[in-house]
Amino acid sequence: MSAPEATVRAGVSTRFLRSELWLVYGRRRNWVGALVLASVPVILAVAVRLSSSGAQGGPGFLDLITSNGLFVALAALTLELPLFLPVAVATIAGDAVAGEANLGTLRYLIVTPVDRTRLLAVKFAAMVVFTISATVLVAGVGVLLGLALFGGGPLPTLSGTTLSFAEGLGRLALICGYISLCLVALGAIGLFVSTLTEQPIGATITVLVLTLASQIMDAIPQLSAIHEYLPTHYWLAFGDLLRDPIATEGLRPGILSALAYVAVFTTAAWARLTTRDISS
Amino acid sequence: MTGPAAVTPPPGRDDAGDPDGSALAPGPAPRDDAGAGLAISSTGLTKRFRSGQVAVDGVDLAVPVGSVYGFLGPNGSGKTTSIRMLLGLLRPTAGSHRLLGEPMPDRAAQVLPRVGALVEGPAFHPYLSGVDNLRRTDAADRTVDPATARDRIDRALDRVGLASAAGKRYRHYSLGMRQRLGLAATLLRPRDLLVLDEPTNGLDPQGTREVRSLLLELAAAGTTVVLSTHLLSEVQQVCSHVGVMHRGRLVAQGPLDELGARSAARAAVVSPRPDDAAAVLTRLGLAGIRHDGDAVTASLGDVEPEAVVAALVHAGVPVRGFRVLTADLEEMFVELTGQGFDVSA
Repeated sequence: MSAPEATVRAGVSTRFLRSELWLVYGRRRNWVGALVLASVPVILAVAVRLSSSGAQGGPGFLDLITSNGLFVALAALTLELPLFLPVAVATIAGDAVAGEANLGTLRYLIVTPVDRTRLLAVKFAAMVVFTISATVLVAGVGVLLGLALFGGGPLPTLSGTTLSFAEGLGRLALICGYISLCLVALGAIGLFVSTLTEQPIGATITVLVLTLASQIMDAIPQLSAIHEYLPTHYWLAFGDLLRDPIATEGLRPGILSALAYVAVFTTAAWARLTTRDISS
Repeated sequence: MTGPAAVTPPPGRDDAGDPDGSALAPGPAPRDDAGAGLAISSTGLTKRFRSGQVAVDGVDLAVPVGSVYGFLGPNGSGKTTSIRMLLGLLRPTAGSHRLLGEPMPDRAAQVLPRVGALVEGPAFHPYLSGVDNLRRTDAADRTVDPATARDRIDRALDRVGLASAAGKRYRHYSLGMRQRLGLAATLLRPRDLLVLDEPTNGLDPQGTREVRSLLLELAAAGTTVVLSTHLLSEVQQVCSHVGVMHRGRLVAQGPLDELGARSAARAAVVSPRPDDAAAVLTRLGLAGIRHDGDAVTASLGDVEPEAVVAALVHAGVPVRGFRVLTADLEEMFVELTGQGFDVSA
């Protein structure tokens, strides 16, 4: 007796990717993380609404919130970009390979068999989807609550002009795209670290330490020579998307830097995973 | 008798594998042409870890198609490392191997779907239920039809007796239930070869019997089963072939009954005068004489049992009982490895 020929079924199958997304989105831990991410725009909007005096100063866009609800989303993204969003991405990316190795499920995936390159591609794709959804979650909750509490209307730009509300929404979508790309670069680093260890928490913490170290070094003027190579250096360049017309002096290098980080670290992760002994 | 008589080291074991993996290639690997009848064949399989430790040293496995092959050895003797190399998890330092006649790892994508494996215990996502874990496993396999997934998963759970606990989270499973889920994962599609590392570990006696009969059922249907285990009784009950590992080397391999025959049979004499009986046995040239109350046992070697009885009677030693004991597996094992199931030094 012989088992039926083991031929790979024709066509592109998204089954494994869907299974991976189901693992990410079905996990309670990640729901708690999403709740934390979503709570920032809520706290922000409610706090501004309840303070009768209106916002006086405060970090980016906070003082503009009462003028246009879209600024709740922008302020929330600005506040979450240094730490909360990186924590979310680092958790998922750090878990990607190291989590499977830690549970022992990695060896069963490999003998199923799942081609190692395909495994990495699916893990990367799931990380990208998660990153975009995390960014959109923060912005989406901000927009909805902002509109409900402060109304919409034309969006004032940093150049002093105003954009129509629809145009303003479009700019916010572009900002979400840019921030997602920056975070995906971080996720690519996380994916690489995740192939080095069997401890997912260790991989996550490594990525967070790198993120914070990068931000600290970026704040030291004496290190300006290396600033443009830091992974976080261009993150705040998303402000360029709020100029009229859109400025590109910060965006362009930011996009190139993120793409370079993605290319280098996914390649490194691939080189590592495809050659390593699976002893977990 | 000891020694790896059943294993002939092939020449050229230091060559780093069969580079083109072609069965037609003339070469030093003597098994390549005979690979047809073997579910697993390896030539000089060696793993040297970065620490310099040689975990597996020139192992030549030959697992016949249709056999139930008991893979034995003390802890740390290299069984698991060998299995990991066979399945493509570890890269061999030297040597080559075939699964179901196909060269590994070149043909891993084609051959591994036909191989079910349980390596170093089951491993699943703790926060998913048993059925969701199998769904995940099945989704990773590109050779199966997603439309039949539900059916195949239900059938696999049923076969291992987990149907009633299918919806329970894996973290709440007992060790025995986890083993069963691991077995269920290997049954999600028809397999030609099952490689099972300690499949009855953690099972109660009833579970052990169930798993054993499941294995025999699969074997009867034509699946080749490789069973790595510590339980010699299990081997004796289900295995047709055995391979014994010791300190990274395969010290014996072959059909179970042949290996048993090669092991020395012993004569046991029960007599009220055991010392006199022992003297007669010594005179006949029997080795390994042991006293056990009024019984005396010794290795028969080449001496015929009837000659022993005749000599005892001739010497006037009263004989109350005489038996020929064939070596059991445990004795054979101790003889081959010079130790019981202790950790290999």
